[in-house]
Amino acid sequence: MSRIRQLFVKPWIWSFIGAFLVWLAAIVFTHGYGAGGMITAALSLAVFMVIVGIGQMFVITLGPGNVDLSLPANIGLASAVAMKAMDGNDAMVAVGLLAALAAGFAIGAANYLLIWALRIPPIIATLSASFIIQSIDISYGRGLQIKPPPGYADFSNLQFLGIPILAALTVLVTIAAAIALHRTVYGRSVSAIGQNMRAAWLAGIPVGRIRFLTYALSGTLGGLNGALLAGYFRGANVDIGNEYLLASIAVVVIGGTSVAGGKANVPGLWGAALFLVLLLTMLNTFGVSAGVRLLLTGLVIVGVITAAGGQKALR
Amino acid sequence: MMSEASAHVVKLDGVERHFGAVRALDGVDLIVDRGECVGLVGHNGAGKSTLMHILAGTLTPGRGTIAINGTAQRKYSVALAQKLGIRCVFQELSLCPNLTVAENARVNHASLRGFGWRRRAGDLILAKLDEIFPGHGVGPGDIVRDLSIGKRQMVEVARAFTVTDDPLHLVILDEPTSSLDAETAGQLLSFVRRVVAAGVCCILISHLLREVLENSDRIVVMRDGKVVASGAGADFDRNRLVTAMGAERKDRAATAAARVRADTPMRVRARPQRQTDTTELVAHAGEVIGLAGLSGHGQTDLLLAIFAAAGHARANVEVTAPVALIAGDRQADGIFPLWSIAENIGVRSIVRLRSGLLISTEREDELAEAWQKKINIRTPDLHNNILSLSGGNQQKALFARALGSDADIVLMDDPMRGVDLATKLEVYQLIREEADRGRTFLWYTTETDELDNCDRVYVFRNGRIVADLDRHEVTEEKVIQSSFIESA
Amino acid sequence: MSTDTIAVPTSAPPQAGAINLRRTLRALLPALSLTLILIAIAYLNPRAISYFGFNLMLNLAIPIALATIAQMFVITGNDLDLSIGTFVGFVGCVTATWLHDAPLLGIAVLAGSVLVYAGLGALIYVRNLPSIVVTLGMSFVWQGLAILLLPKPGGKAPGWLLGLMGFKPPYVPFPIIAALVIAAVVHIGLMRTSYGAILRGAGGNPVAIARAGWSLLWTKVIMFALAGIFGVFSGMALIGITTSADANIGNGYTLLSIAGVILGGGEFVGGRVSPMGAVIGALTLALAASPLLTFMHIPPDWQVGANGAILIIVLAARALISRRDAQA
Repeated sequence: MSRIRQLFVKPWIWSFIGAFLVWLAAIVFTHGYGAGGMITAALSLAVFMVIVGIGQMFVITLGPGNVDLSLPANIGLASAVAMKAMDGNDAMVAVGLLAALAAGFAIGAANYLLIWALRIPPIIATLSASFIIQSIDISYGRGLQIKPPPGYADFSNLQFLGIPILAALTVLVTIAAAIALHRTVYGRSVSAIGQNMRAAWLAGIPVGRIRFLTYALSGTLGGLNGALLAGYFRGANVDIGNEYLLASIAVVVIGGTSVAGGKANVPGLWGAALFLVLLLTMLNTFGVSAGVRLLLTGLVIVGVITAAGGQKALR
Repeated sequence: MMSEASAHVVKLDGVERHFGAVRALDGVDLIVDRGECVGLVGHNGAGKSTLMHILAGTLTPGRGTIAINGTAQRKYSVALAQKLGIRCVFQELSLCPNLTVAENARVNHASLRGFGWRRRAGDLILAKLDEIFPGHGVGPGDIVRDLSIGKRQMVEVARAFTVTDDPLHLVILDEPTSSLDAETAGQLLSFVRRVVAAGVCCILISHLLREVLENSDRIVVMRDGKVVASGAGADFDRNRLVTAMGAERKDRAATAAARVRADTPMRVRARPQRQTDTTELVAHAGEVIGLAGLSGHGQTDLLLAIFAAAGHARANVEVTAPVALIAGDRQADGIFPLWSIAENIGVRSIVRLRSGLLISTEREDELAEAWQKKINIRTPDLHNNILSLSGGNQQKALFARALGSDADIVLMDDPMRGVDLATKLEVYQLIREEADRGRTFLWYTTETDELDNCDRVYVFRNGRIVADLDRHEVTEEKVIQSSFIESA
Repeated sequence: MSTDTIAVPTSAPPQAGAINLRRTLRALLPALSLTLILIAIAYLNPRAISYFGFNLMLNLAIPIALATIAQMFVITGNDLDLSIGTFVGFVGCVTATWLHDAPLLGIAVLAGSVLVYAGLGALIYVRNLPSIVVTLGMSFVWQGLAILLLPKPGGKAPGWLLGLMGFKPPYVPFPIIAALVIAAVVHIGLMRTSYGAILRGAGGNPVAIARAGWSLLWTKVIMFALAGIFGVFSGMALIGITTSADANIGNGYTLLSIAGVILGGGEFVGGRVSPMGAVIGALTLALAASPLLTFMHIPPDWQVGANGAILIIVLAARALISRRDAQA
């Protein structure tokens, strides 16, 4: 019995329970119709939230005040870069992906440069960077609607036994991220910095280098997300990443990562992503309007964080 | 037997307080009468701060009664304590750094409002500062953030003695001179004597036994949550206090002979930024070098410069081996509160603890266990959270972190502050052993006694080295003398 | 979070005079930036420096300034409000519909939303919640409510509001007068009153304020309520200018308000804010956001990016000035 209790103590379990409940509510409404399809669709869409959620999670774990607000602009630009590089040609897929990753990495590096060299708080640095990136994207992707190469787009939508291939691959990436967080020097360093940056420096951790790597990682994952989104939705555009700012933060927080830094929760990212996507699906199934959908999403987020409560005050 | 004519100002009876399984207070009785200064001593974990928090109203007792001025208090609180005339100055400074001195005075006096409040608050605090610390140099419009820590403590102390609506009967001073230099500390203590003679009572907590002995009418000694000795100040001396606190009398005999300088390779050479002559701090392998002088006179700066030099080359600092630093303020600079004891110990060595690409938890545990034995960290399980350890054991964990690493040079930034005597003795022994094995220690300490453990002592003043004393030359007098000599 | 706190001191502790000089420079930085932008505008288009020109350029500065002040109150308490933008949009929708058609209902709804803000403050304090997440959720709520109220752009601003915002005093353009009034009122309220000191102190050292017997719950509730009130003013002022509303009208205000507070010398933690600086910061952003860029003939594609660049330049200047300050 205590084993089961131990399972419930794990913080990430709640987001999965929430996701499950929402799915139940939805299929009750549809009398079981499309239950499987709902899961498949949810997995497909959750992928994109999880990918940026991983990056945002590492950034947020660096400590209070660390957040990457440049993700939407990053995703938009990366999608355009990927599509232009691939140029509708399946043979150029690898090149396109690399280009998108490189663009994302460059953005992450630029973010850190602003934070470190100009001592700008991360919220403002990534915010300002996002303005600039937006402009670059607008002028770069001017009007051109480049379609992704057909093979690439098909692959993005590929499923096996109802499970999207992208989702499976993303699960592997998630596992890698979890290992990195708990068992690598890098992951330990991030957690240390998030708990106490000064103590981390005095304990010999290269704080600057770790922060740089983290912002670069978040940027790179944003780039990846942009390329994948362009493939899945069969086209790139400036706004393709807009909803992923709030989504990336929500997924991190609902998934159980501490906003105060130092404690990250990787499996929770999936639970939270599924929960959010299923919630939206459920609301769509109920036929609610956009306004009600937004209202309920907001109330759910407030409700979840209120129930979870904040960080216990340290003695 | 309480005579009704003169009710005690404070009477605590059988006060108990537990924090989970920890018995911070195990049935304490305390009496304070008008016009007396009670010195409260005890090592860390004795319960002094907890008792004072209860008296000040910030903590509620689990059991026991509080009577102020003869009246038993049922629903005691900070607000009530304030109204009854009980003030306190705790070790954690409670000024708002973003407010001015006058605004901070206002915070404590709800009646300072309405038109012209700012001027009245300023006058109030300035008058008190003038009274306690003549020549203080603090203005009511100064923003606290811009003041040095000594000036901040002066403001904090002065504020506690200001009176508007509520009376002033008792002031609790918890290590009030820890950030003051000798002159200002003297001003404070003579003010306390004056104010006590005028009828206010005072509870003085200090680890500087000399301060307590010289200024207390009565002394109360606590150990492990209980009062173990109490009596007139004149009845106590240093030895009796130390014995009562439960520590072994330290054997002052010098242990090994000082290391001969030329024998071993040089490890550190550093000149302080503000040094005008060519004096530098030099440390060889196996030496224990002390940094002394008044606190805040450049010792920590030099240690940090040496620490930074291990990473990037710096002018005037030369370092020839890996460096680790043990912080003195463990909450701000040392502890990772979300991690276990083992993880806190291993963090400096994570690169070495890898097997392959990943950190090996076995190796981490091995390291932690080895040091738990060596340095005697009292805990049932090294995987418990670090905060489950007492303060002294947390400090030991920080020592284990530095000593368990590959660092040949260990910098210590006053790491024994607020640590109990038993822990200190264990650590001194360990430092000697490690030094014998070839490690170099640079030890900044604010307690002259600890300099007995050093082979050589550099005395600092105003950011410069003003004296370079060999082991045999080190006496408390010489150190203090050098601290006050202007450099050449 | 900058790395200031772990910088190894490279110089001796600065003398009092040097600290004061740097502090003054830091305090003047917002005004300096504004002056620079004004000079640039004057150089590029001298006719803009006129009653009519200022009126036009600074038109939208009033709602931005009000939203910035709202954000400033929240930041003073070491929190962050990511919902102020959508809240302004919601208020705008209410103003253009109910306040116009059924004024009593409109007033009741607006008052109720201020109460909601106050309630959020209480919730955040009692449950020790991260304000970023709570306000993130609330931004969805306000947005949803706004869309329900006005699915398509429309509505009509009440006449008296149009009259107020369209007021044309002699000699000095209305936006400038309004900015001065707002700055003065908030400055006196927050920086000069005795309770204002408590409110700021709750951001600087909450434990100390609580120990002195003040209620931290009240300070939090009051700060959020003030944010709600100024958010309501901002939304109303906005509709007074644009005459009609749409649900997304305020969305950019969240980031603009944060930028305005920071530009004005405020900091995210520690209770260190400046109402005058915040208003000046808002004016600077309002000018830089559109008029300056238009005069510089920056292509519309790059206008958004130029906003970011301006922010960066100002913050870089501040960093350079502060570089040698030993931070507490």
